[in-house]
Amino acid sequence: MTQTYRYQLGTKTYQFADLADLMAKATPARSGDRLAGVIADSAEQRAVAQLLLSEVSLKTFLNEVLVPYEEDEVTRLIIDEHDVNAFEPISHMTVGDFRNWLLSDKASSEMLSQVRAGVTPEMAAAVSKIMRNQDLILVAQKCRVVSAFRNTIGLPKRLSTRLQPNHPTDDVNGIAASILDGLLYGSGDAVIGINPATDNVAQATRLMQLMDEVISLYEIPTQSCVLTHVTNTIECIENGAPVDLVFQSIGGTEKTNSSFGFDLATLAEAQQAALSLNRGTVGQNVMYFETGQGSALSANAHHGLDQQTCEARAYAVARKFNPLLVNTVVGFIGPEYLFDGKEITRAGLEDHFCAKLLGLPMGCDVCYTNHAEADQNDMDNLLTLLATAGCSFVMGIPGSDDIMLNYQTTSFHDALYARRVLGLGAAPEFEQWLEKMQIMTDASHAKLSNQLPPAFAGTLRGLATGTHDG
Amino acid sequence: MVKDDRLTHLRKKTDEAIVTDNPWRRLREFTAARIGLGRAGVSTPTRESLEFQLAHAQARDAVHTELDFAGLQHDLIALAEKYPTLNSEKPLMLHSQATDRMTYLQRPDWGRQLDETSLAALEPHKAIEPYDLAIVIADGLSATAIKENAVVFIETLVQAMQGSEHSYSLAPIVLVEQGRVAVGDDVCEALNAKAVLVLIGERPGLSSPDSLGLYLTWAAKRGLTDDKRNCISNVRKAGLSYFAASQKSLYLLTEARRLQCSGVAIKDRSTDKIIDSNAVQTSFLLDK
Repeated sequence: MTQTYRYQLGTKTYQFADLADLMAKATPARSGDRLAGVIADSAEQRAVAQLLLSEVSLKTFLNEVLVPYEEDEVTRLIIDEHDVNAFEPISHMTVGDFRNWLLSDKASSEMLSQVRAGVTPEMAAAVSKIMRNQDLILVAQKCRVVSAFRNTIGLPKRLSTRLQPNHPTDDVNGIAASILDGLLYGSGDAVIGINPATDNVAQATRLMQLMDEVISLYEIPTQSCVLTHVTNTIECIENGAPVDLVFQSIGGTEKTNSSFGFDLATLAEAQQAALSLNRGTVGQNVMYFETGQGSALSANAHHGLDQQTCEARAYAVARKFNPLLVNTVVGFIGPEYLFDGKEITRAGLEDHFCAKLLGLPMGCDVCYTNHAEADQNDMDNLLTLLATAGCSFVMGIPGSDDIMLNYQTTSFHDALYARRVLGLGAAPEFEQWLEKMQIMTDASHAKLSNQLPPAFAGTLRGLATGTHDG
Repeated sequence: MVKDDRLTHLRKKTDEAIVTDNPWRRLREFTAARIGLGRAGVSTPTRESLEFQLAHAQARDAVHTELDFAGLQHDLIALAEKYPTLNSEKPLMLHSQATDRMTYLQRPDWGRQLDETSLAALEPHKAIEPYDLAIVIADGLSATAIKENAVVFIETLVQAMQGSEHSYSLAPIVLVEQGRVAVGDDVCEALNAKAVLVLIGERPGLSSPDSLGLYLTWAAKRGLTDDKRNCISNVRKAGLSYFAASQKSLYLLTEARRLQCSGVAIKDRSTDKIIDSNAVQTSFLLDK
């Protein structure tokens, strides 16, 4: 069923081998597509590819799969679960029409929810490629995706945070110190989530117990997660560990996921195991996924696709398991995939838009590594853009510096900045808790108390008096 | 930490009502994380903000500063005069296929292979009876890490070798500009060495711009995958000590020689911790 795509521009004829080639060439420039050898040869070729792509009918994406159905369970998931009724209102459109429609007043929040199950990742990726940054922000901001466990994530005018208290040796007091710092800055409503330095079942269990006890003792309306491999978490659950959320890094092709050591059946098993614990109070979204452009190429599992299309396909995997949280770790992978602040910014907005359009509670790890051409100002820009776009959550880490993973992400302070300038609040249950604990005097305006909150003052008094180097 | 008087002055002059200090900053005894920064409104105070910029600047410089390969070569020649275990040949200066730093950052595939000239330069040094080990030093992502740690680590390693029950024949040391870990595979193959140990500057973190990584690969050759390697990370003054790193390296090399392979097949028991025994460990945050 594949066809070639041709475009006549003056005396020049542009030709694209197939839909995958057209998609790749239409993608705004980034180093990962150059590394994969699928990038447009020139700016003109890219613009032509975008023009051609805008004329492709949305139906084409149902008939012309980019990764063979027989070879790839993600493709099978996308095709088998496509909802024809939901697709109906947009079924006659081209990619270009779809952009117009998304931007139009016809695409209300309700309408976007209705068509969601009819949109495939490839349709979302295609339309994103012909959208400007402001388009990606405007449409994402109209998408409503709400998820819940011990609080409610994704309500309008909310911006939640994952408290990420990583420590290079998983020292419990080192982790607790960062948790305390975060809580006292109003962070942690999306999840308190640790990347363990030592990745095994015993370590994960130990960290789960620590967070479970902290959440119980201070009655925090939030959830915990140790970002260990899904099979470790299944084992933790079998051993009776207090698992709130199951984590896994996911990609957009079967081969990527198999390089990560799991398949869809593993995720289904994990989801059922977590649900059986029934630990949510206001909802039962028990999964937490991370994604990021470049992971498929990095596993040599990209099937000749551009990295943004692979990324969008990962959202089909996430969507299947009703997650509480999904985020792209956008700048973590390094400059060979996203070279600089401009590429990271664009990718962050694309990922957030595509995921929201497909119905995911999408957040973003607004981040960079020290070998990327990026700095704090780039992160300030992306954070502001994403918070404007209605991003569900961002990371929170002491002073932006992850001392375990050696990269920079958003700080506790950064989240408060975004909440203030855009009038955003934390999850409502968490916001109430912040005021009850006297961490904030006015949580809706991100106003922190000037006094040490009484419940934590006791904890600090209990410590042997150390030297104060402040 | 910035010791600049002007910054301290700036902070001291500031009215306490403008900058709110965090009394829990003393919890830094438990972690190097930037906790208890204090705040101006909800923002990072001036001093802490500028300290962060300084740390980022150091990490950036570690990535982009060119390594002084001639100086390194000079130091290694001096070292070889002290330790007969080291090969007495002058260290070889080679280059990957990545021509410059910008290319290097975007094309990891080119950084993994030697250029043609370099491959040819290795030819005359190819062993008839295989070397036990080839040592490769690559700039990687931190020239600072190599400058601070490479020579002193090699000295510690050679001392450990001379003190061990085995004897080792070492290939001439190879220095590779714009190199990634896998560039050692080309060297190992071209020199006819049984194993290669690559010393490489790791991706710098804000608090660790000087971290050296060690990668041991048995029977390395082009096209090998990373699961065939053993890694020792965070070798630096404030991290894993040179002595511990050299002991680990020798342990891995001995195991690789015994099993005739490296990578996931070798379990690094030299650092096994029984994590279960820590399960009862509690935290200050739970003592209310």
